[in-house]
Amino acid sequence: MIEFKLPSLGADMDEGKLLEWKVSPGDTVKKGQVVAIVDTSKAAVDVEIWSEGTVFELLVQPDETIPVGTVMATLLEAGETPETAKRTPRAAPAPKAAAAPSPAPAAAARPAAAIAGRRRISPAARKHAEELGVDIDSVAGTGPEGAVTLADVEQAAATKVSPARAVPVPDKAAEMRKAIAAAMSRSKREIPHYYLSEPVPMRRATDWLAQANESRPITARLLMAVLQLKAVALALRKFPEMNGFFRDGAFQPASAAHIGVAISLRQGGLIAPAIHDVGNKSLEQLMLDLTDLVKRARAGSLRSSEMSDPTLTVTNLGEQGVAAVYGVIYPPQVALVGFGRIVEQPWVENGTLTVTPVVTASLAADHRVSDGHRGGLFLAELREMLQQPETL
Amino acid sequence: MKMTYREAIRQAMHEALAADPRVFLMGEDVGKYGGTYACSKGFLEEFGPERIRDTPLSELGFVGAGIGAALGGLRPIVEVMTVNFSLLALDQIVNTAAALRHMSGGQFSVPLVLRMATGAGRQLAAQHSHSLENWYAHIPGIRVLAPATIADARGMLGPALADPDPVVIFEHAQLYNLEGELPDDWRCDIATAAVRREGTDVSLITYGGSLPKVLAAAGQLAAEGIAAEVIDLRVLRPLDTETIAASLRKTHKAVVVDEGWRSGSLAAEVMACIVEQCFFDLDAPVARVCSEEVPIPYAKHMEEAALPQVSKIVAAVRQVLGK
Repeated sequence: MIEFKLPSLGADMDEGKLLEWKVSPGDTVKKGQVVAIVDTSKAAVDVEIWSEGTVFELLVQPDETIPVGTVMATLLEAGETPETAKRTPRAAPAPKAAAAPSPAPAAAARPAAAIAGRRRISPAARKHAEELGVDIDSVAGTGPEGAVTLADVEQAAATKVSPARAVPVPDKAAEMRKAIAAAMSRSKREIPHYYLSEPVPMRRATDWLAQANESRPITARLLMAVLQLKAVALALRKFPEMNGFFRDGAFQPASAAHIGVAISLRQGGLIAPAIHDVGNKSLEQLMLDLTDLVKRARAGSLRSSEMSDPTLTVTNLGEQGVAAVYGVIYPPQVALVGFGRIVEQPWVENGTLTVTPVVTASLAADHRVSDGHRGGLFLAELREMLQQPETL
Repeated sequence: MKMTYREAIRQAMHEALAADPRVFLMGEDVGKYGGTYACSKGFLEEFGPERIRDTPLSELGFVGAGIGAALGGLRPIVEVMTVNFSLLALDQIVNTAAALRHMSGGQFSVPLVLRMATGAGRQLAAQHSHSLENWYAHIPGIRVLAPATIADARGMLGPALADPDPVVIFEHAQLYNLEGELPDDWRCDIATAAVRREGTDVSLITYGGSLPKVLAAAGQLAAEGIAAEVIDLRVLRPLDTETIAASLRKTHKAVVVDEGWRSGSLAAEVMACIVEQCFFDLDAPVARVCSEEVPIPYAKHMEEAALPQVSKIVAAVRQVLGK
């Protein structure tokens, strides 16, 4: 019996809401198949499965909000039948991270029967209150010795039905703000960032790009962003300490460069899904991938592997007109590369003053994993990569 | 067909004796007297003294002989008059019958069926009235059954004899006169618990001689608008905890009724399983109704006071429900 659990679709995700199942009991599933659509606070994500088997039971219903790690479905392995498969009871949800503080109940709301010390609340009542979003401290107990029971919680949920129904209309923008706040606070709390920047002359790259695009129809033209992504991925090959995750007190290097691309959303907020294995893809392929990714990110239909896989994020604020960006690392990643606007400026090369397009490449890196010396060498490598656009 | 629990036991043994020449019955007064509870009336005449054997008053001796016969290829049914007397044979049961398969690395098995009466309520006082099912349910290597219905009295012996390991069957002395309909499909397993009455408000979990009291209590509670689910454990070892957990997930409350003494009782084991498996489903502390912790008294009013009764069960349910 295989358990399909809600994966974490980003470090800032504690829970998700099932929007839709894409499979039914009895369906055969393959590795990488999209089986469900889950709403994180950031996007509706197509969740893929990484085991093969036959769907046995769907344990979560659409519109249910469940913590990361909850078993959503069970699958039969090859050779298993419903009879031979051991029925696994639905796993208790993992404890939630600190719940949002609720206003302290008025003293009068405290039941008279409350005894000194811990209030008597049955385990089932406590669990159900959490599911219904009822503040257990405001529920009066009518059970044995004034204990709060299931019936009390249901009663409380029923009486507050109108305000309760009014509140949960999800404010998408607020939810995303909350998610970004959580991830960025964690980053600045846990990650000792250091920052480096390097002006990179872009004459060769812009010339090469203009030439390469000359023979292409408008729809197939390459963007500078694609060259930059590829250059970052190639530079990472020599600097594995920039590419991976810091987890459980140790760095885990990644075997491939799955570059997260920061995409700002029209309704506000941003998202940084991955383009997989950037180092081994052609520029044409990367262009197609990037176009597709931006389109789907804005339409809200990303895949789970795109959300959870980025090993380093690249942010490009050049279009917005800023000269340079010093980013906040997205945990558990250990580095973020930023590009500013490509701007023509005076440039001295071999004793000659010229006017050259220049971009400021920046690196925010995790000092627990790498030091400024290596970070500097990485930026120099990136600069050299961009001087040989034909090799990208 | 209407019959008594006694008759159901008798028919089950008769069928086994007639069907399999390896089966024989041995115990105190099983032959000439026809059985202390008249479960083997007429057997001596029908099957002869070779297969219906009266024994001396030595539980240690004849249970040991039964184990030997089982090892030798026979299928003995050994009847012990009461669980109190079976204590004399504990060494044979615990140290030999239950352990031989394990100690021989699987080379020997002991296909022995031990039947014994248990329980109080007939003014037989402290040496004939105790409920020590939990002692046996503690022992790995034996299966422990508690038929509480006409159908189980009729159906459990067959699979018990077919089991390659020792099986102990407890027949509550108060049940022998129980009369009821034997359903056509009386054949049963010896692995699962049974839901004897469906309900949604509280699970009443019991076994053996307490089942009729619990069903009566459930009837009384229904009149008060409380829907009690009644679970008959049937098999005391190994416990079918899944049936218990499934019921608790529905009712969220439980009262365990057990004629054994409270401390270290089977009720305690059931409660521990509930807490282990259903903690987050519980809506009230689990309660139990057990016997008072005294040797069972002789005087009728005192014996009644010492045992679980319908009124005590109803009171415990009301308390759990906060009513």
